[in-house]
Amino acid sequence: MKNWPLWEVFIRSKSGLHHKHVGSLHAADAEMAIENARDVYTRRNEGVSIWVVESKHITASDPDDSDPLFEPAKDKVYRHPTFYDLPDEVKYM
Amino acid sequence: MLYNYLLQLGDNALILGHRLGEWCGHAPELEIDMALTNIALDLTGQARSLYQHAAEIEGKGRTEDDIAYLRDAWEFKNVLLAEQPNGDFAHTIARQFFYDTFNFFLHRELVGSRDEWLAGFAAKSLKEITYHLRFSSEWVLRLGDGTDTSHEKMQAAVEELWMYTGELKIPSKTDQEMAANGVGPDLNLLKASFDEKVADVLQKANLQMPSTTWMQGGGKDGVHSEHLGFILADMQYLQRAYPGQEW
Repeated sequence: MKNWPLWEVFIRSKSGLHHKHVGSLHAADAEMAIENARDVYTRRNEGVSIWVVESKHITASDPDDSDPLFEPAKDKVYRHPTFYDLPDEVKYM
Repeated sequence: MLYNYLLQLGDNALILGHRLGEWCGHAPELEIDMALTNIALDLTGQARSLYQHAAEIEGKGRTEDDIAYLRDAWEFKNVLLAEQPNGDFAHTIARQFFYDTFNFFLHRELVGSRDEWLAGFAAKSLKEITYHLRFSSEWVLRLGDGTDTSHEKMQAAVEELWMYTGELKIPSKTDQEMAANGVGPDLNLLKASFDEKVADVLQKANLQMPSTTWMQGGGKDGVHSEHLGFILADMQYLQRAYPGQEW
């Protein structure tokens, strides 16, 4: 069982919210990954839906590319919608 | 007699739950460790509800703890299957699969029990048991249809434990009384569902149906294998050595 692949687990905590990455685990296949995720990550009532994806299918950004990727956004405050006056009727913004 | 029936159900849950708890920290993978102990906790929870209710209807001022910790082996009414040792992982899975299959069909019927409390208990437990059965059947499939070694071990486990499955389906005196009163199901009717489900899963798992026809029995009447005494020695030690001791 040492060659079981690694899976990333995403849990939706309640209906209407998005799935959130909660961690990873080992499982032989997708079905088992769902069951393992249920047992490892939802035993304290954490969720109503589970997604699993084999970790190898996730493409991640390279930490060495941090500067070119993320630095340029830092001084562009005008991209945040903070310069508008919101009417009182608009909630949750 | 409802008291005896609650104990029969509760003892199965408590003893099998204890067996599964023995895997804690020893399972082949962290994820399986969690899964087995989750099931153990479900079963222990079921045992607690049943014992609490049993103590209540007995009306002698006893508690769930008295029932769990202060009875001797011959007073336990669990089936012999529940007390069988964990063995290797395949044995644990075979034991669980047989038990879950029976338990699933049993509780599906108990949902319609004439006893209101039992019907409510069954409805709640059925959700847990449905997952238990899913977990154990999946593992029978994986091990049976896995590598040569896993297939061999799974087949051996199924063969060895098969003789303990007869007792599940043979009504005890209590089972018969409960069926007559509409409290429990007629076990003879569950037999077909049990046999069909087992045959279906074993076939999908490329496993042979065991050829044994001789069946063990006695657990429901308090006649146990030597294993139960050791389980109780472990489980009851604290209350026996220090009566009334609390955490």
